[in-house]
Amino acid sequence: MKQFEALTRKQDQQPVRYLIVDDSVFARKSLAKMVEAFGGTVAGEAGDGLTAITEYARTSPDIVLMDITMPQMEGIEAVERIVRDHPEARIVMVSSVGYQDNILAALQKGARHFVQKPVKPDALYEIIRYVLSDEGVAAAV
Amino acid sequence: MKMQLIQPFINAIDAVLAETLGGPVTIADMSMEEEGYRKKGVAALITFKGEIEGRVILDMQPTAALKVAHTMAGEDLADPDQAVREAVREIANMVIGNAVTLLNDRGYSFKVFTPELLSEEQQAAVGAESEATLLSFSTEHGSVFMNISMRYFRRRSRERVPALAT
Repeated sequence: MKQFEALTRKQDQQPVRYLIVDDSVFARKSLAKMVEAFGGTVAGEAGDGLTAITEYARTSPDIVLMDITMPQMEGIEAVERIVRDHPEARIVMVSSVGYQDNILAALQKGARHFVQKPVKPDALYEIIRYVLSDEGVAAAV
Repeated sequence: MKMQLIQPFINAIDAVLAETLGGPVTIADMSMEEEGYRKKGVAALITFKGEIEGRVILDMQPTAALKVAHTMAGEDLADPDQAVREAVREIANMVIGNAVTLLNDRGYSFKVFTPELLSEEQQAAVGAESEATLLSFSTEHGSVFMNISMRYFRRRSRERVPALAT
C-alpha cells in the first residue's frame, strides 16, 4: 500500500489512535492496514455496537471507524450512545450501504463523516485528516 | 426480473472486484436458472426485504477468493480456508451494499441483512422458491458468479403514497 504523510496528534506528536468497529474480521484487517499506512495505531477493535461502547470507554481513541450493519447493536445506535457519553468522540461511519437516510441518521446522532466501502485509502486519509483538523492535528512528521 | 433492478448489481460487482482484485472484470455470461443452486466455489447468501424482496448469492472460485483475502488482509494467511470464507462474506456485503444504495437512490427502499455463508441446506432450498438470474464474471484470478432472485412489490410502493384529500 502507498505510504502517506503520517497524521499525528498536535498535543504530543504521538500517532493517532483508532478504534475499528466492524462485524467482518476482514474489514477490520483492511482498515487496520490503512490506519497503519497513515502512521496511526489500532487502540482497539469491536465486532458489534455494544462492544464498541465498552471499547471506547476503555481505550479513549482519537477516532472511531464504525460500520453500520452489525449484530447485537447497529452502528448508528452505537454512535448515539458513545456521543451521548463522550461528546468529544470523533466517529467516521464506514459502510457498504450508503443510503442518504442512513448517512443523515448517523450525522444527526453525532458521527462526523461517512465513507462507503470498498474504501479507497486516499479518500479515507482525507476524511480522517478533515475530521481531526478541528484540533489542528499536525500533518507531517 | 427487470434489467433496471439487475444493472445496479452488475455495476456494484464491477466496482468492488476492481478495487479488491485490482484487475479487469468482464461479464462472461448471463442466464436464467429455475432449478436449485449449486455452489461453484465459496458462496455467501444475502437476503433483503421491503419494496424489493429476495436474495443474492455471491459465489467465487477459490483462486479469486484467495486473491481477495490476500489483498484485504495484507499479510500471510494463517488459516487460508477461514480467510477465504471471511473474504467472500465481506465481498458479498460490499457488492450488495453498493447495489442497494444505487437502488435506494432510484426510490426503492428495503433492508439488507447480514451476509452468511451458503450452507448445504440453503443451497437445496434457494432454487425452489423462484427463477433466478445467474451472472458470470471473469477476472484474472478466476470466475465470480452472482445468482439473483428478487420480486418488486408494486402494491407496497403504492401504499406509501398518502391518500389525496377529496
